[in-house]
Amino acid sequence: MSPTRIVLAATAAFVLGAGALLAQDAPRLRGPQPFPAEQPAPPVPRDVTNDVRVRRNYPDQPPLIPHAIEGYALDLNANKCMTCHARQFTEQSQAPMISVTHYQDRDGTTLGGLAPRRYACLACHVPQTEARPAVENRFRDMDALAEPERQPGGRGRH
Amino acid sequence: MSATQDTGPRAEPARPRGRVARLLGWIGRLPVVRTALRPARHLSLAFLTLGGFLGGVVFWGGFNTALEYTNTTEFCVGCHEMQANVFQELQGTIHHVNRSGVRAGCPACHVPHDWTDKIARKMQASKEVWGHIFGTISTRELFLEHRRTMAEREWARMEANDSLECRNCHTTEAMDLTKQNPRAASAHERFLFTGERTCIQCHRGIAHRLPDMRGVSGWQ
Repeated sequence: MSPTRIVLAATAAFVLGAGALLAQDAPRLRGPQPFPAEQPAPPVPRDVTNDVRVRRNYPDQPPLIPHAIEGYALDLNANKCMTCHARQFTEQSQAPMISVTHYQDRDGTTLGGLAPRRYACLACHVPQTEARPAVENRFRDMDALAEPERQPGGRGRH
Repeated sequence: MSATQDTGPRAEPARPRGRVARLLGWIGRLPVVRTALRPARHLSLAFLTLGGFLGGVVFWGGFNTALEYTNTTEFCVGCHEMQANVFQELQGTIHHVNRSGVRAGCPACHVPHDWTDKIARKMQASKEVWGHIFGTISTRELFLEHRRTMAEREWARMEANDSLECRNCHTTEAMDLTKQNPRAASAHERFLFTGERTCIQCHRGIAHRLPDMRGVSGWQ
C-alpha cells in the first residue's frame, strides 16, 4: 500500500469517526426516538397573548407581537396590523406606532404612507408561543457581556 | 271592448266615479268573486271553518318548513358560488371551529332571527337567486370582482341595524370584560358601550377574506 493511500484511508477514518462522535452530541430535534419511528404529534403550544411588551435583545431587533393575531388579514387586499399601528389610528387603538423607518423607502426618502417594502409585517415581527425550545438558547445580550455585575438579579445570562 | 273605451279621458265627465271605485265594481262583478261571496249551498259551516283551520295549519306549516329549509348552511352551500368561495373561507375561523364547539352557520350572521326582519331579508335574497341564475359570480374571477360590492352591502346592513346579527349571540349585557384581554376590554369600553361604534365597524373580515380595503374607513 502506497503512503498516499495510507494517508487517504487515515483521513477517511478520522472524518467518519469524528462525524459519528459529533452526531452523538448534536441535539436530537425529533426527540429520543430514531428517525423512522412514528411518533405522536406534540400538542400545539399556546400563543403568548398577555399584551406585555417583550424586551429587545438588541436595539434594532423587530419588536415581538405580544397579542393574538389569529385570523388577521395580511394580504394584497388588506393589512389588519395597520388598522391599529398606523400613525393615524394609534390614538384610538393606543397601540405603538410603526417605526419611522417604515415610512421610508430604501433610499431613505420619507414617503406619505407605509413603504411597500415594509408591508409584510410578519416577515420581521412574530408572535411567540409557549413552546419549549428544542435547543437551549445561549444568547447573551451586549450589556450582559459588558457589565455582567449590573444585570438585574445578578444573572449574567438571559 | 266598449267598456275600455269608456275609461278614456273623454268619458271622464260622464262617469264621475273614481278609478278605485270603478275597479272595485269591476272586481265585484267577476263571476269567480260573485261565487265566492255567495253563501255556501252544499258545504256545511263546520266543514268550512274546520277545513279552513286545517288548511291554514297545513299551509302555514309548509310555508315555515320551506322557509327554515332555505335558512340552513346546507341550503346556502348548495350553490357552488357559496360552496367554493365564502364557505371555504369560513372554515377554520373562530365562528366555525372553536374551543367551546359552538358553530355559526351562514344564516346565523346573514339572516336576522326576528320574523319580520327575516322575511324582509328573504325578499332581498331573491336578488341573490337572480344572481345565481344569471351567473353574476359564477367564476372565481367574477366573485373576486364583486367581493367589495357584496362586502359593502353586508357592512351597510349591519351598520344600519346596529349589528343585529352579531347581537343575536353576543350581547353587551352578557359580556364580561374581566374575561377579555385588557386591550379588547378597553376597546369595548370606549367604543361599544358608549355606542360610538357597532360591532361590524371594527370586526370586519372575521368570517371571510376581505376585499381590497382601500378607501374603507379605518383601513389603509
